[in-house]
Amino acid sequence: MTANEPKSRIITYRQALNETLRAELERDENVFLIGEEIGVFQGSYKITAGLLEDFGPKRVLDTPISEEGFVGAAIGSAMLGLRPVVEIMTLNFSLIAIDQIVNHAAKMHAMFGGQVKVPLVIRFPGGGGQQLAATHSQNLEVWYAHIPGLKVLAPSTPAEAKSMLKAAIRDDDPVIFLENLALYNVKGEVPDGEQVAEIGKAAVVKTGTDLTVVSYSRGMVTALQVAEEFEQEGVSIEVVDLRSLRPLDRDTICASVRKTSRAVIFEDDMLSYGIGAEISATIGEGAFDYLDAPVRRVAASEVPLPYSKPLETAAMPHAADLSRVIRETLDATRFKK
Amino acid sequence: MHLVESETVMATTSRTKKKPASSGQAATELRSYYKRMSLVRAFELRANEMYARAKIGGYCHLNLGEEATVVGLTAALDDRDYLFTTYRDHGYAIMRGMEPSAVMAELFGKSTGVVGGWGGSMHMFDMGKRMLGGYGIVGGQIPPATGAALAINYRSKAGPKAEAVMCLLGDGTTNIGAFHESLNLAGLWNLPIVYVIVNNRLGMGTPVEGASAEPDLYKRGSAYRIEGTRVDGDDPIAVRDAARAALKKAREERRPALLELMSYRLKGHSVVDPARYRSKEDTDEAKGNDPVPAFRAKLIADGVLTEKDADAIDDDADKVVTEAVAFADESPDPSVDELFDKVYASPVANASTRLPAEPAVVLS
Repeated sequence: MTANEPKSRIITYRQALNETLRAELERDENVFLIGEEIGVFQGSYKITAGLLEDFGPKRVLDTPISEEGFVGAAIGSAMLGLRPVVEIMTLNFSLIAIDQIVNHAAKMHAMFGGQVKVPLVIRFPGGGGQQLAATHSQNLEVWYAHIPGLKVLAPSTPAEAKSMLKAAIRDDDPVIFLENLALYNVKGEVPDGEQVAEIGKAAVVKTGTDLTVVSYSRGMVTALQVAEEFEQEGVSIEVVDLRSLRPLDRDTICASVRKTSRAVIFEDDMLSYGIGAEISATIGEGAFDYLDAPVRRVAASEVPLPYSKPLETAAMPHAADLSRVIRETLDATRFKK
Repeated sequence: MHLVESETVMATTSRTKKKPASSGQAATELRSYYKRMSLVRAFELRANEMYARAKIGGYCHLNLGEEATVVGLTAALDDRDYLFTTYRDHGYAIMRGMEPSAVMAELFGKSTGVVGGWGGSMHMFDMGKRMLGGYGIVGGQIPPATGAALAINYRSKAGPKAEAVMCLLGDGTTNIGAFHESLNLAGLWNLPIVYVIVNNRLGMGTPVEGASAEPDLYKRGSAYRIEGTRVDGDDPIAVRDAARAALKKAREERRPALLELMSYRLKGHSVVDPARYRSKEDTDEAKGNDPVPAFRAKLIADGVLTEKDADAIDDDADKVVTEAVAFADESPDPSVDELFDKVYASPVANASTRLPAEPAVVLS
């Protein structure tokens, strides 16, 4: 390593978020954090640990339990030029604020003739697998990904958590920033210094020639693990991390599938009308002539997620499910190593 | 009079105080208020007509019968204050300084409209005039208005020159969660905001008593320790003075306030509503309380205006509105080329610019 090369550290996804919030609070005095239990309690998942102590209650603003009220208030403050970063405890509770997000934040710039900007970030974790039962385990990111005017980011690694949160905070549009309960303790290499991601771009995080797996957020951890297992068998899997659910980088997806001729989508949300449905339709339109097998989706079972561990596990997509569907897709085309 | 249990809570001025002087600054001000009320009335009557002639699309809610409220409230605002309104916003837009021609052009959906034809009747907006929007979703404006007051607190200190926010809402809106959440935040955080309930006694077709368990709406701030005042909404001076007092408190003490302005909608909820649910007595009462002829008659009786002056003011208003219609009519539609220009404020990779029949994926 030379002196010019950026240094990096191995830290958790949680720590990457915490450090980035700290750095952005230091960089721009218009940035402030707002949400339930983010100050004194240091965040339900401790993402904001230590920030109230260092930045004070003006910059780290604890709110009452009023999602619609404080999300709307963040929108109004953004209209006047502040750059609020809202924490909603989980994705599930964002539904209480959805009128303010969808009918207001997403619409204002266009509907008011381009006169006002809403530089707002709304962070929340989605995801099941923690035995939190049906109302606390959802992956409804597609609801937001459906809405023009919003940008929806879903970082899958600590490094992306950092670079994408920086991009989100510095962007002049409302950004939905999807985290995942199962990712907070995941460790990864994070370069020091200023990395600001480009919104709207997917990434090929592992190259391969035989089949493309498309995933995002928590699903990427599983996708890469399974791809590595197939690699041991001599099957070359390419893995595409969507990173941005809106805008969607259709070119990167289609370019990959045109190369590999096979695609499996691994998603935490429900299959019907889900993220995978959009990816599948995209591949059907942009890589039809290249496909050797139908595009398959590995997605959650369509049931309110149960509390019972065996039932919860059965309903959620896991590595074994992805492996099986990859194998079925390869077999369907009489794939030979 | 209005449905007021106790007249003592109702702030009024011009109807109860002694006659104002027929000359001097006070008289000039009163004449200007009549002029403004007359303009709002003329504009709304013409909007009604243009809707009937299919020049205006979508929903269209008029300020007819609320002119005293519109003029009184906007007279109390300083240029530095921010205003958030309901979808019944044409009069406020004009009184906040937006050109009547640009407001009419917006109704016509033209490129010269205040938001370039992107918003229509319910979404008048002008950042420079600090008119931060008409809002089509009932009560949608209340949390953002509260957040604007939070931004004022964030950036500046209290004082007589400080900014403040005024947030309008209708009587029916006091029953939604966002109203209560916002008042709680404003009370808790000491925000410089004045919430103004324009109580026109009907939420679409539902009377206040049929919708609110506490129909004395000004009392609804008490749960949040926000002082409430009921004001005669047909009296522009009473409205102005009550709004000024509330704004002063917001600026200097950072205390929110709640005003309830008693008014009565003259016509239906929107231009397409014939208001068949209203009795003849109701409609007659509304007509009897019509603030525009009432204020005109009062100024004439007080010697502030002559019949001739008043007629000239009405003629001028009519002329302004006629010119606004001509301007709107002659203005071009927005170009389809700009359809995707305003989806995002920051340009972003892979944003869709696809028309309905175009492919989602362009093979490269």
